[in-house]
Amino acid sequence: MDISNSDEARPVLEGPDIARVLTRIAHEIVERAKGAEDVVLLGIPTRGVFLARRLADKLEEITGRKIPVGSLDITMYRDDLRMHPPRALARTDIPADGIDGRLVVLVDDVLFSGRTIRAALDALNDTGRPRAVQLAVLVDRGHRELPIRADYVGKNLPTSLRETVKVQLVEEDGRDAVLLGVKRTAPAGEQ
Amino acid sequence: MMRHLISAADLTRDDAVLILDTAEEMARVADRPIKKLPALRGRTICNLFFEDSTRTRISFEAAEKRLSADVINFTAKGSSVSKGESLKDTAQTLEAMGVDAVVIRHSASGAPYRLANSGWIDAPVINAGDGTHQHPTQALLDAFTMRRRLVGRDAGLGRDLEGKRITLVGDVLHSRVARSNVDLLHTLGAEVTVVAPPTLVPVGVETWPCEVSYDLDSTLPKSDAVMLLRVQRERMNAAFFPTEREYSRRYGLDAERMAKMPEHAIVMHPGPMVRGMEITAEVADSDRCTVVEQVANGVHTRMAVLYLLLGGNEPAVSHARPVESENK
Amino acid sequence: MSKILIRGAKVLGGEPQDVLIDGETIAQVGTGIEAGDATVVEAGGKILLPGLVDLHTHLREPGREDSETVLTGTRAAASGGYTSVFAMANTFPVADTAGVVEQVFRLGREHGYCDVQPIGAVTVGLEGKKLAELGAMHESAAGVTVFSDDGKCVDDAVIMRRALEYVKAFGGVVAQHAQEPRLTEGAQMNEGIVSAELGLGGWPAVAEESIIARDVLLAEHVGSRVHICHLSTAGSVEIVRWAKSRGIDVTAEVTPHHLLLTDELVRSYNPVYKVNPPLRTEKDVMALREALADGTIDIVATDHAPHPHEDKDCEWAAAAMGMVGLETALSVVQQTMVETGLLDWAGVADRMSVKPAQIGRATGHGRPVSAGEPANLVLVDADYRGAVDPAGFASRSRNTPYEGRELPGRVTHTWLRGKATLADGKLA
Repeated sequence: MDISNSDEARPVLEGPDIARVLTRIAHEIVERAKGAEDVVLLGIPTRGVFLARRLADKLEEITGRKIPVGSLDITMYRDDLRMHPPRALARTDIPADGIDGRLVVLVDDVLFSGRTIRAALDALNDTGRPRAVQLAVLVDRGHRELPIRADYVGKNLPTSLRETVKVQLVEEDGRDAVLLGVKRTAPAGEQ
Repeated sequence: MMRHLISAADLTRDDAVLILDTAEEMARVADRPIKKLPALRGRTICNLFFEDSTRTRISFEAAEKRLSADVINFTAKGSSVSKGESLKDTAQTLEAMGVDAVVIRHSASGAPYRLANSGWIDAPVINAGDGTHQHPTQALLDAFTMRRRLVGRDAGLGRDLEGKRITLVGDVLHSRVARSNVDLLHTLGAEVTVVAPPTLVPVGVETWPCEVSYDLDSTLPKSDAVMLLRVQRERMNAAFFPTEREYSRRYGLDAERMAKMPEHAIVMHPGPMVRGMEITAEVADSDRCTVVEQVANGVHTRMAVLYLLLGGNEPAVSHARPVESENK
Repeated sequence: MSKILIRGAKVLGGEPQDVLIDGETIAQVGTGIEAGDATVVEAGGKILLPGLVDLHTHLREPGREDSETVLTGTRAAASGGYTSVFAMANTFPVADTAGVVEQVFRLGREHGYCDVQPIGAVTVGLEGKKLAELGAMHESAAGVTVFSDDGKCVDDAVIMRRALEYVKAFGGVVAQHAQEPRLTEGAQMNEGIVSAELGLGGWPAVAEESIIARDVLLAEHVGSRVHICHLSTAGSVEIVRWAKSRGIDVTAEVTPHHLLLTDELVRSYNPVYKVNPPLRTEKDVMALREALADGTIDIVATDHAPHPHEDKDCEWAAAAMGMVGLETALSVVQQTMVETGLLDWAGVADRMSVKPAQIGRATGHGRPVSAGEPANLVLVDADYRGAVDPAGFASRSRNTPYEGRELPGRVTHTWLRGKATLADGKLA
């Protein structure tokens, strides 16, 4: 995405904040899922996958059990597929025991319009039939365009449409941060 | 890569690697309960086959259907459309019907190129084999198979075939598979050798990016993959070689010859095989032979090509990239 | 009779002169000729040549009037500066009898744009098996002197030998389409680097060269003259050069397209470049130009081969072979031979008028531009530059490989026995 140049981007969460937030979400999952016995974490590429793995580690610390974790690529389920050149596909990796009858927690970095999650639900539909689906996000920046909400939110971050939210993670970007910036220009049709 | 896929020579190294990587993702769909993706929903693809080829057609058809495209099959028996105007007429008919892409197989070299460049039709054209010219998706599925076997399924992602020694054996002269493979394997960094009796190597081969040898036995120990090309029995009558027996003695792959290949080396064949002529049954059925895998890989590779050409608003592989969208 | 004064024309590219035409003949050539009651054509330094003679034209009538007729073909000839064309025998029916050749001859005379000299088939139905009635065709009103199975090669050595011998009786000549048939089965283009890549059936140079070698030796053996159609390879040039050095009575022609175009163009798979013999390589093109300059190749002949649009608007393998050439020949020769310094305009007149008339025994054509000679003349604006636009062709067919290509020179006037068939670029 076209983020404003990094000089202007302001960190709203730093590394320790992110770690704390993930720990809290892990606890919430255990609490709400009654021990998280049938939980499967599916991260949405790219950064949702890293967050899912981190959450899985934390869940393991709490419950002492391995939590199945995988990834769910939503590229071909996007509703704006025909508005861009074809995108390279990311990995879909469903844990070996599958998702049928399990509680799937989708994990993504930022919740915005809700369209990505809508696509993820469609993709999920083609891979199996979970008992229930929940959503965990690091940041909810508002401006929903679909009736979708998150079950676990790291930080609610009220933004204007002129602002950009960028999540950086060590695995991909070399550092952990959530950056709030301002768009240089607002391209026509940007959602 | 342009909006059409006409020749393997048109692909850059990065285009080809992207197609192979995408094909790996497509392959994973085959393991799911629902082997279907919505990428080409609402798109109509016509499989325009002027030459019989059930294998290639059903491979494309499976790929198209797995991507949720609407499929129209047009099969014209060779003789009834020997007159060229029917290609134009058919193209204009398809254009009028609003077809979004054409997969064409034709006995005339250059027919797909002509279709793509004549202005008869606006849709992207994918070459499914033209005469003795090109068969780019075959080359891609072959490269996919090689990368999986010689580099690794996961280890191969993002990588090419740098330094792999690939030997193509058989009727190079009449083989679109050979032409496509030489082009693509060279692009992917492989060292290619074609082996054939001199009668079955084209005049002008010296400009191809490969070595030429007339001696199979000396090439086998230096091969990571040996691909056998189909040799039609009719060629014998045109004096390309004396007898079937002599051909298989000099250029056929039997167990004894296979033993000369390195331990890890694989045997490939685009099919359909002429057992007993270019390959013995023993070799064809051995676990070093990838023929059945190649068929499966054909569907994954063609899904990748179709997705990358038709999946977006502009069919251009070179533009494909992971997009970090705001659209969360 | 009407008089025409062509004022200030560079005769054969020389100093400007005036040429006075009186009726069907040239009355006077000089400077400062009084116009008197003559119509004056201001040449303004254009080039004046004897009317061009094409030893190799396909007029398609009878049988394929959808691609060309004697009328449209001779109008195209006049547009291109020709006053005489030799019409090939591969019509339907084949021009293998006195009846067919007389019909074609008569049609040419009636239309009056260009003399049409029919070529007779060597063998019945061009089938290469049985000699056609060569003597009867010669004795007909058409007075056939050139015989050819063009489009097909007289590949049977015995038939070729007999034909070469037989036509000696009346001073005829056999024009051979040199193409060994077995070596060219399924051939689609020149065999070489490009064909290997494109996967199109190769047409080896040796298929042409082996027949030429055989035929010059046959001609030597039986003491006949032989003419070789459309030489296309450097090897063919070497053989003809060798034959001439031995004193063998051989003449040879090259087409304009083989002087300019190469097989690289086939990469477009556009059948407009599909022709027999096929476009060859740069090396061949250079050898052909050199041979035309040094006289090894005697003449330029167009091999004007009209085809209807649908026969070219298709895939390569299905397309017909051939290109139209009458209306672009002189421009291509100007570009490839004159502007490269290989030939002067006198040389062009020799290769495109004098020699072809001699080989075909076309009386009254290919004559000097001097008093008392038939007024068969062409005026060329050599300074003109423009892109070829097939829409303006007089030919019924448009299968030119030069569409949109910039070529030099333009024929503005053609006179056939004193009558303007083309004036100011417009057909009469």
